[in-house]
Amino acid sequence: MMSARNRILVALAAAAVLAGAAVFYVMRSTPADPPLAASSGPLRQLDRSSLQVLTNGVLSVASATDPHAPRSLSSRRCDRAYAAAQTTVCLLPVDALVGTKLVVMDEKLNDRKTLPLTGFPNRLKVSSSGRMVSWTVFIDGHSYATTGFSTQTGIFDTKTGTEVHSLEEFSATVEGNPSQAVDFNYWGVTFTSDDNRFYATLGTGGKRYLIEGDLAARTVRTLTTNVECPSLSPDGKRIAYKSAIDADPKKGWRLSVMDLSTLRSTPLAETHSVDDQAVWLDDTTVGYGLQRDDGVNDVWSVPADGTGQPKLLVEGANSPAPLS
Amino acid sequence: MYLSTVSRPEVTEVLGRRKWRVSGNVVALGAVSLITDISSEMVTAVLPLYLVVGLSLSPLAYGAIDGLYTGATALLRLVGGYVADRTRRRKTVAGLGYGLAAIAKLGLIAAGNSAAAIGAAITADRAGKGLRTGPRDALITLSTPQDQLGRAFGVHRSMDAMGAFIGPLVAVGVLAWAGSQEFDAVFFVSFLIAAFGVVVLVLFVRDRREDVPPKAVNLRAAAGLLRHKGVGGLLLAASLLGLVVVGDGFVYLLLQKRGDLSMGWFPLLAVGTSLVYLLLATPLGVLADKIGRAKVMLGGYSALALVYLALVSTLEGLPLIILVLVLYGVFYAATDGVLMALAGRILPESLRATGMALVQTGQALAYLGSSVLFGLSWQLWGPNAACVAAAVAVVVAIVVTALIFARVNRSVQS
Repeated sequence: MMSARNRILVALAAAAVLAGAAVFYVMRSTPADPPLAASSGPLRQLDRSSLQVLTNGVLSVASATDPHAPRSLSSRRCDRAYAAAQTTVCLLPVDALVGTKLVVMDEKLNDRKTLPLTGFPNRLKVSSSGRMVSWTVFIDGHSYATTGFSTQTGIFDTKTGTEVHSLEEFSATVEGNPSQAVDFNYWGVTFTSDDNRFYATLGTGGKRYLIEGDLAARTVRTLTTNVECPSLSPDGKRIAYKSAIDADPKKGWRLSVMDLSTLRSTPLAETHSVDDQAVWLDDTTVGYGLQRDDGVNDVWSVPADGTGQPKLLVEGANSPAPLS
Repeated sequence: MYLSTVSRPEVTEVLGRRKWRVSGNVVALGAVSLITDISSEMVTAVLPLYLVVGLSLSPLAYGAIDGLYTGATALLRLVGGYVADRTRRRKTVAGLGYGLAAIAKLGLIAAGNSAAAIGAAITADRAGKGLRTGPRDALITLSTPQDQLGRAFGVHRSMDAMGAFIGPLVAVGVLAWAGSQEFDAVFFVSFLIAAFGVVVLVLFVRDRREDVPPKAVNLRAAAGLLRHKGVGGLLLAASLLGLVVVGDGFVYLLLQKRGDLSMGWFPLLAVGTSLVYLLLATPLGVLADKIGRAKVMLGGYSALALVYLALVSTLEGLPLIILVLVLYGVFYAATDGVLMALAGRILPESLRATGMALVQTGQALAYLGSSVLFGLSWQLWGPNAACVAAAVAVVVAIVVTALIFARVNRSVQS
């Protein structure tokens, strides 16, 4: 056994070496990418079948016909983005020091409104008229050992400037009974064309319900179960959504389409687990982001009637929104 | 009997010199825990952010990764305790655990974007934690005379909590310096700090080899542990008490809702609890040595009952938040280390690491069950009734545990 003195010396030497390594490594890490070359002009320069996507987190416009075509990039970084009519929205990336913000922009990407939010960006959508913005952020995920998660879903009316901080403020009717539980979690809103009625997911008691909501009346009611992240078709008759396999989200999700009049569901041809709020490219095609094993996302499309095959739409991108 | 006092001449010597001091070995183990906890809490603080933001993994997927490995590490904890007892190389086994957790940090960097590889790295980290806990706590008891165990565990847990307190600050510091998306820098610094913890362990922690010839430690002896005087009662009491702890997540969530706290303050709730914990662990440990460990521990559970009741009381806002965090910190300070001190008196020396791992595993499994039960009663009866039910359950558990301990005391003294 070494003498106490020698042990202290060895410990100090080790501390010095390790501290040196720490300083070296931290100094070597370059700060996040420098801002992209500014090309923040209007993005919608491509043909009619173009898609707004995030390319490595940068708001950009890609061709919907050629997956490898050059894209026009903006200088805006987002974690999640969407666009409809004259409204483009973006949830800014969070890091350890700064929370996320919702940025509402016009079609030239000029800021119109900024709302600070707490949580990790998850879903973001704009009603087809461009008026209603809805978002979902994850709030929990703090503990090393929690298995549950908590979401917060809000709505912003770009016309009146009013904000619904959280859908949990609304009165809910679950399976016909008025109900309010603290384990309520809402996510994935999609508005109808009247900009008042909407669909979304309500998670409570281990079930994930499709709900129909009324913004003016501040009410929601459940329609059926095992529907997450609904996305209303342009004709307003169907939703594309993710359906937990065997009603167990741990087994992944099957991208499906449900007819709202019959509540009949059709699984789509995509067999990979899709964890996204899908978008409708037109009345017969659904688009969605899919993560590869190495973590890179691609945007795919698949026919909305369960036939055909998934098709790669934009390589290395996520958060698609059709521009038309 | 197994409570041999002949095997601890040095400790008695230290005691004769300064009665208020804890053994150097306990301080060394505390220092290792402090350093290691800085390292692991650095990662804990940024991991959700890294997974959800950096890798766009949904928290649900993360939760699934997470839950899957809890069971596996519980088993490994028992294995670690058993191997430590069998080989009597508690320091070596604990060292392996610390080393494995250190290497796991490098694994996080190497894993890149692969969810499976990240899962493996997190598992290795957990496995390391599971492996080291039993042998480490056994070493603390073997380095401390019976009547000082509360103090020794108090000091150790205070140092441990200090590390947990500093870790997130270091992580934020690294991110501020290296760039806010540079998670690899956090992982690498965390690895270096963990490696330093191993160096301190190797240099300053002494293994305690008993002078008495070792009793044969084998699987049969380990299984016989349950029949050992008082051990069954201890395990039962620990699991029963574990069953009334609904989990930090629920408490903080209720507090956030009741206290009308904006979500950004959420992480600070845990920091507040840690602060109370680290300040009170040592004094309450000393108190436990003086007035009895069972009393202090059951007092801690009374504080927990008060936490549940405060959450349904008419209190609001800041007074509620402060009251709950203080009571919750008292609960942790009065129970976590004190239970191990109590176990140190009951468990036979030859199987102490195994026994401690067993108690910790029993309690961990009970925690898991209780959070499910609480979630269910929240579901059925609403949060207020669930809290009242939890408070009633605590009181029942306290009474039953007091009876069990009274029996254990009689059997140990006889």
